[in-house]
Amino acid sequence: MKGPQPHMEPSIARYIWTHTKKQQLWILMIVVLSMIPYFMSFDLPKLIVNGPIQGSGFEQPGATQPFMRLHYNLPFIGEVQFFSGFQLDRKETLFALSLVFLLLVVINGLFKLYINTYKGRLGERMLRRIRFDLVDRVLRFPPFYFKRVKSAEVATMVKDEVEPLGGFIGDAFVQPVLLGGQALTAMLFIVVQNFWLGMIAAVIVVIQIALIPRMRRRLIVLGRERQLTARALSGRVGEIVDGIGAVHVHDTSNYERADIAARLGLIFKIRFDLYQWKFMVKFLNNFLAQVTPFLFYMIGGYLVIQGRLDVGQLVAVIGAYKDLPGPMKELIDWDQARQDIQVKYQQVVEQFTAEGLIAPRIGALTIDNPDPMTNPLSAISLSIADDGGAMLLDRVSLQIKPGETVALVSTATDGAEALAEAFARLNWPASGRVASGADDLLELPESITGRRMSYASSDVFLFQASLRDNLLYGLKHAPLTSVPYDGAAADQRRWNIDEARRSGNPDLDIHSDWINYASAGATGPHDLFEAVRRVLDAVVLSRDILDLGLRSSADLTRHTELARRIVELRAALRTRLEREGLSGLVVPFEPGAYNKEATIGQNLLFGAAAGPELADRALAANPYFASVLRQAGLDRTLYEMGMEIAEQAIELFADLPPDHQFFQQLAFMSAEEIPTYKTLLQRLKNRPHEAVSEDDRAMIVTLSFAYIEPRHRFGLLSDELMSKIVAARNRFYENLPPELQNAIERYDPAKYIAAATVMDNVLFGRVGNNHPDAPDRIRSIVYDILDELGLYAELLDVGLDFNVGSGGRRLTGGQRQKLDVARVLLKRPDFLILNRPLAALDQRMQDKVLRNVLEEARRDGHSPAIVWVVTNPAMAMMFDRVIVFDSGKLVEDGTPETLLAGNGIFKELLS
Amino acid sequence: MLLKDEVGMLQRVPLFSAIEPTKLKLLAFTSDRVSYSAGQILFRQGDEGDAAYVILSGRADILVDSDSGPIKVAELEPNSIVGEIAILCNSSRTATVRAASPLEALRIRKDHFLRLMREFPEMTIEILRVLADRLSHTTADLIDARSAK
Repeated sequence: MKGPQPHMEPSIARYIWTHTKKQQLWILMIVVLSMIPYFMSFDLPKLIVNGPIQGSGFEQPGATQPFMRLHYNLPFIGEVQFFSGFQLDRKETLFALSLVFLLLVVINGLFKLYINTYKGRLGERMLRRIRFDLVDRVLRFPPFYFKRVKSAEVATMVKDEVEPLGGFIGDAFVQPVLLGGQALTAMLFIVVQNFWLGMIAAVIVVIQIALIPRMRRRLIVLGRERQLTARALSGRVGEIVDGIGAVHVHDTSNYERADIAARLGLIFKIRFDLYQWKFMVKFLNNFLAQVTPFLFYMIGGYLVIQGRLDVGQLVAVIGAYKDLPGPMKELIDWDQARQDIQVKYQQVVEQFTAEGLIAPRIGALTIDNPDPMTNPLSAISLSIADDGGAMLLDRVSLQIKPGETVALVSTATDGAEALAEAFARLNWPASGRVASGADDLLELPESITGRRMSYASSDVFLFQASLRDNLLYGLKHAPLTSVPYDGAAADQRRWNIDEARRSGNPDLDIHSDWINYASAGATGPHDLFEAVRRVLDAVVLSRDILDLGLRSSADLTRHTELARRIVELRAALRTRLEREGLSGLVVPFEPGAYNKEATIGQNLLFGAAAGPELADRALAANPYFASVLRQAGLDRTLYEMGMEIAEQAIELFADLPPDHQFFQQLAFMSAEEIPTYKTLLQRLKNRPHEAVSEDDRAMIVTLSFAYIEPRHRFGLLSDELMSKIVAARNRFYENLPPELQNAIERYDPAKYIAAATVMDNVLFGRVGNNHPDAPDRIRSIVYDILDELGLYAELLDVGLDFNVGSGGRRLTGGQRQKLDVARVLLKRPDFLILNRPLAALDQRMQDKVLRNVLEEARRDGHSPAIVWVVTNPAMAMMFDRVIVFDSGKLVEDGTPETLLAGNGIFKELLS
Repeated sequence: MLLKDEVGMLQRVPLFSAIEPTKLKLLAFTSDRVSYSAGQILFRQGDEGDAAYVILSGRADILVDSDSGPIKVAELEPNSIVGEIAILCNSSRTATVRAASPLEALRIRKDHFLRLMREFPEMTIEILRVLADRLSHTTADLIDARSAK
């Protein structure tokens, strides 16, 4: 693979030519070759009409003509006959020539197909190359570049703005050659007929060539504006999405609406201007093309009258001129497209040109693990300025020895943070340097700094993926296994490699195992989990992940143990609850009994909905379910119950504003539905059950499904009703139609329910509603049992499947920071740089995690250097050495004890 | 006990006696029905106050920590409310409450209670009246205690 160029080629034509010259020449050759059958097919109709149809050469009955005779007049040798041909009569010749015509049609079509496919593929490969080059550059931009670009703008450049390039690339060189050739031929023909008429045509063409592009300059300017405004729009839309919280908090949504409307107005104006100019230019172009025949008629006619030109010549000139405007117009269009593309390309290239691009070798792929970093890390007369030019660090020199634990403390300004960022290469020195031993740190490849050093800060970025993927992200440096492919997959893989190479993309296999197990102190997937568990324990995140695991439904293809041992688990929970006298907390599901703590809907279904057919609101409307209720004699009872609930709910809630917090207590309907139910109730009251429509009935019956007697206490549940419900449950499963078989998973004491959460599976029942602390007690008992049965790890693994959401926003700020620290710990680096990593946590938790991290990092005889920018000077007491910064200067450096003994800033900060 | 019975019970609590039955029904509906067996703790002295309790049935003891262990200072009977001070003052619990027999109670969450007070001034005034009443009793007790010295 050829590496990307250090600077992007500013000219699109040269960029295309550099990467596709062989292909462009090949396609040009094919185009020229395709001309032969093309011209032959022009000549053939004349042969057919004159020969067999009009009978020329077949004047005598039974006369024959040779077909496919190959003979040439060669110079010096004279006529040579290669093949005397078949002798065919008139009809046979007609058929033979017509078939040849058909053959030529097919050949021309095939040529066209080949050329178009080839051009299209060429364009798509180039597009792939450009896009990859752009993203590759994003990966190599210096850190400060990202302070001034919006991610949505970069994304729209890579995705949308280079898109039209693909269509143009195939035509970039072929089109002008072809069209230019055609136009020139027509021109030449006219000149040969009559020099002066030829000159007239030439002058008009020259005017076209000179004038049209000049007028199009404005089009280009407008096109550039259109591109920039559209890009800015997508940047703003991205900002609104990212900052939606700020928009609502400050009531600025209308300000944003105004801003977007103003931008759209501007874009509209530019686009409309663009259209106006485009059609103006088109008009002029057409006019010039039409004016030439006018001149031919007038001047040519005059010459004919004068007798200086014969009529035949004039007709031939006018005939030949027909072939001139077509190619000319297309040529001018091509030129327009070229300029348009050039502008687009240039706009993009300008944005992707930055000083101080990271050299490709820094990020080069390295499979083998580098040697540990045994040299001290140092700052040598290091100065760092912020964007405003203020000095964050002012000529600081210091050295961090391997194995040392150092707390960085700063007073008001950010000196310590800047130093941590400099060690992490996220902030480049304004002067001086950071070094590892004698090497400039910025010159070391990322394969060393990214594996032997690690960095976490309070500003965490998580990818929208599972917790597991985010945690292991820091280990994915290189593809470590070669995946065996066979059959169609192998062909696909070969094709992938081949195409990647043709477009200058790397052919690294994303499906390979990228996880560097050795780095985490493991040997493979089987024992990695131990390391994961240890780091999660260290950052006190395990419990959160277990909770997530309990609340999510497990992927049974991955977590087979849970399903296999579910019976054992449920039994263990029962035994435990009995032993502790807590049996009353959970009412288990029993196939033949009504569960009072569950809703009526749950009691009827006695299963978990696995599809939309029987879930939530769809249940009451499901025809089969409704028929079961009818047969069980429940339809009228549940309808009346629903009416009662609707009445009670409306009486209780009708006066409250829709955003009232009490609505959280109303399980039957949402605040928005209250008015609907109010009118429904008025309409249905006193109407006999039979006269109520199916839809209305379902609306009312569905209310009863959410009812739990001990919680809602309306007094609507009788023993008779309960036994009827249990009977309906059995009837429901007896005749379950095949199309609903997969929509429901029946509760079975011996089976794991895939559609339910892990907690529901273990409980296999409902927690009593009238024990306020029951959920917490049950949860800690469940954890105990999972641990006893050796399923703790399995549950943690279920929790690790949790998708953290866009930017990790489904986690709390504290959880995100803990995860980031866990991620850097997992790598077991030689230098651990932590920049206020836990700022979102309270001080007690920060101290706890700090202690755990110091211990975990040194487990198994490891002794990494740890540099920690502390949020609270008291935390510094846990380190070997404390470095204090004040106004960008290093003011104190020593063990915490010596600094405390002195009378400096550190002591002052601590008191 | 059904919702409508609970409303009847609430009406007998002096704090709520002047409040419309429909509002009391809402209060009852949005509160949790909780049950305790004898000896179980409703809340402990020093805990953060997150709810008030109305005793529906059964009895409970109010205990205060002392150097010689917890001392029982009062007993709660049905229709009495407990724990409202801590949620009004944002303070921690001033005493421990323990069920003395099987106990049924309504647990009114702090945010619900405050929301109701904000929305129904008549309820707030009633609560003020009860509290002022208690204060004057306490003051009278204090004067008695001082003059008895």
